[in-house]
Amino acid sequence: MKSGSLGSYIVRRLLQTIPVILGVVVVNFLLLQLAPGDLATVLAGEAGGAPKEYIDQLRARFGHDQPVYVQLFNYIKNLLVLDLGYSFRQSAPVLELLLMRLGPTLLLMGSTLVVSLGLGVLMGLLAALWVRTWKDHVISVAAVIVYATPLFWVGLMLVLVFSIWLDWFPTSGMENVVAFHEGWNRVVDIAHHLVLPTITLSLFYLALYARLMRASMLEQRGLDYVTTARAKGQTDRKITTRHVFRNALLPVVTMAGVQTGGLLGGSVVVEAIFAWPGLGQLAYQSLFARDYNLLLGIFFMSAVLVVIVNLIVDVIYVFLDPRIRIG
Amino acid sequence: MTDIVLSIDDLKVALPAWSDRKFAVGGVTLDIRQKEILCIVGESGSGKSMMGKAILGLLPAPHVRAVGGKITFEGRNLLELSDDDMRAIRGGRIAMIFQEPMTALNPLMKVGQQIEEVLEIHTTMSPARRRERVLELIRDVHLPEPERMIASYPHQLSGGQRQRVVIAMALALEPALIIADEPTTALDVTTQAQILHLIKELQRAHGTAVLFITHDFGVVAEIADRVAVMRHGEVVEQGPASQVLVSPQADYTKALVAAVPGLKPRLKELDANSNVLLRVTNLQKTYRTSSGLFGGKVREVHAAKKINLELKRESSLALVGESGSGKSTLARCIIGLESVDSGSIEIDGERISGRTRAELRPFRKHVQMVFQDPYASLNPRQRVGDIIALGPMLNGVGREQAIAEARELLHLVGLKPDAVDRFPHEFSGGQRQRIGIARALAVKPKLIVADEPVSALDVSVQKQVLELLNDLRKSFGLSMLFITHDLRVAATVCEEIAIMQRGEIVERGATAEIFATPSHPYTRSLFEAVPGREWIGSLG
Repeated sequence: MKSGSLGSYIVRRLLQTIPVILGVVVVNFLLLQLAPGDLATVLAGEAGGAPKEYIDQLRARFGHDQPVYVQLFNYIKNLLVLDLGYSFRQSAPVLELLLMRLGPTLLLMGSTLVVSLGLGVLMGLLAALWVRTWKDHVISVAAVIVYATPLFWVGLMLVLVFSIWLDWFPTSGMENVVAFHEGWNRVVDIAHHLVLPTITLSLFYLALYARLMRASMLEQRGLDYVTTARAKGQTDRKITTRHVFRNALLPVVTMAGVQTGGLLGGSVVVEAIFAWPGLGQLAYQSLFARDYNLLLGIFFMSAVLVVIVNLIVDVIYVFLDPRIRIG
Repeated sequence: MTDIVLSIDDLKVALPAWSDRKFAVGGVTLDIRQKEILCIVGESGSGKSMMGKAILGLLPAPHVRAVGGKITFEGRNLLELSDDDMRAIRGGRIAMIFQEPMTALNPLMKVGQQIEEVLEIHTTMSPARRRERVLELIRDVHLPEPERMIASYPHQLSGGQRQRVVIAMALALEPALIIADEPTTALDVTTQAQILHLIKELQRAHGTAVLFITHDFGVVAEIADRVAVMRHGEVVEQGPASQVLVSPQADYTKALVAAVPGLKPRLKELDANSNVLLRVTNLQKTYRTSSGLFGGKVREVHAAKKINLELKRESSLALVGESGSGKSTLARCIIGLESVDSGSIEIDGERISGRTRAELRPFRKHVQMVFQDPYASLNPRQRVGDIIALGPMLNGVGREQAIAEARELLHLVGLKPDAVDRFPHEFSGGQRQRIGIARALAVKPKLIVADEPVSALDVSVQKQVLELLNDLRKSFGLSMLFITHDLRVAATVCEEIAIMQRGEIVERGATAEIFATPSHPYTRSLFEAVPGREWIGSLG
């Protein structure tokens, strides 16, 4: 069942994502129509005012003079051949801008996922093993506090303490552009810049996964198959590693998949705080510049990202849980 | 005596301070001899399972602990052994079989690996030798295709097959003693008969001692060499099975034996020309998994194929079948919780199938259901009075009057009328089932559909609830569709029986006729599977 049809399952799931993403695009497009002002007025405003004819001329150039449904139809038609339009604000094709910013965002998301999931699972596991001891209480209380702390505040405090007071990490950016590092030096430099944004973005999810993992471990430990393992004469240590751990991991993996969308949202804030040159920062800028083409492109890219991550999680799930039948 | 395998001497197991009694096991003394099956019989809360767990040191510590007495096994007191010594005994010298085969295995681990784990822990066998032994064990418990079996996951096996796997695990190292804690309670009758047979066969072949914990005297009659009857953590009677079953001494044992539903078929009491209340014609229901937007496999389950049924006014029909036979689906269709694919359901000449929810509403009060699980079927946040009064109030009865009627109904089902102000959790399982019955009666239905209403209850309580249903039927002039997996229960309650298998009614007729001459092979196999049928027959 597993190996034979996994390929066709993935293809089918990818096909299913097309209507989902188109739906997201249409909704986003219509929502943006509701926002007051457009690129033409912003440009005119920045120029200190302009005659109405000039604004109309700008609108005609951007195609904004046509009825909404025509604009939508044109947008989707272009989207199908991956033409995401042109950002008049940044004077570059949207796709090009997106691809440039995608790398840093994926880097930030990836490192956050690894740190939050890895440490979260570890913390939850330890808390469950030490349940109702002071060590468990320390972990649990810390998790609740972190869970309740706003992201931007954590970011600002980290910058204040580690960048400004201690001067251990840079305050912003992804690399030291004037140093012209190459090869390994560049990797180290980026990693150095990556630390604070990753911690900021990870903490919330780390706490979430730790709490979930702890609860899941405790629940699994009370189940019948654990009694069976004990009745076999298995040691507590092996019962945890061979039986309980994998079962307890399943809900955490599900949660991690669901949270990817949230991770993208969180990265907007974090990228803004740390001037991280990713999609989030770009979204923030384009929103204020009323650069709707670019904004739509970013939404599109985000939707694709979330859908793909969910697909990856589902495929991982098939390998983790033999009960899941695909098809 | 030298042939004693395990001896329990004045064992006391303490319950936590907040429970309603001090000891789960209060001073039990028992011996288990070589090559014998000792059955511990008792109702829920008798402490029989706790005793089994205490032997293996599997009590849910720290709240429940063995606080006194001795358990002597191979010259050592198990209660004083270190953790490491105890682990060497668990699985090695004493093995355990559990009640719930569905949850007793790790869902993420292959069956073969789980059996192999026992060998891995206790022996130094090479992997190749271990594999060989696992295959041998799988053949011993008569599982098909051993090679394929060891590579399967638990969810790919049926309940009976999983229980065989657990038994294989228990047998792996030829232990001196096997503790079986209600190993067949969660299984269908025919599967139960097979597993009992297997346990007996293996026990004879290997000369193992078995401590068999059960609540079912039928099972005891089937398998036991000796019996110990437990109540409130104490042994009230013990002795050879032949003696305890045939001439019980203690009053409690006598009461338990008397509560075992007999195999005496109930006779038809009504005249043949009373009219038909429920008529089911050519009913079909198929469950399909949807194919989704871009294909995918469609799976079909035929829950009901061409079902025809008739139920006369003031009579009762038992629908007997094993799990997956479609009996519950049929019940859900009849009370209108499930739509039918084709065919019709008529109540009192009015067709109720094919109606929309709104159109169905006036008919709801004619058919009411009593559910299987008295714990899950009552809203825990509602007072009993409100639970019962809700039905009549929806049908336009004022609240005052509905509550007054609820008090009367509670009195009728044998509860105190002031129960209206209490919450469901204040009642025992049997009492809750009485509440469930009162709730069903509140709207004065014509037909009661009872879906396994007693299978979650102890035998003595079961007997009381069945008697209650019987009395109410007479006094209210009710008709009843009684769904059960237990032929014994069906025989005591209903004058007509329909046997269901894989979505079809394979045999139907008067209970007495079917009991006298079962014609369908499946019906016969159901009869043969009734545990302890010879003993029950001898009770007269």
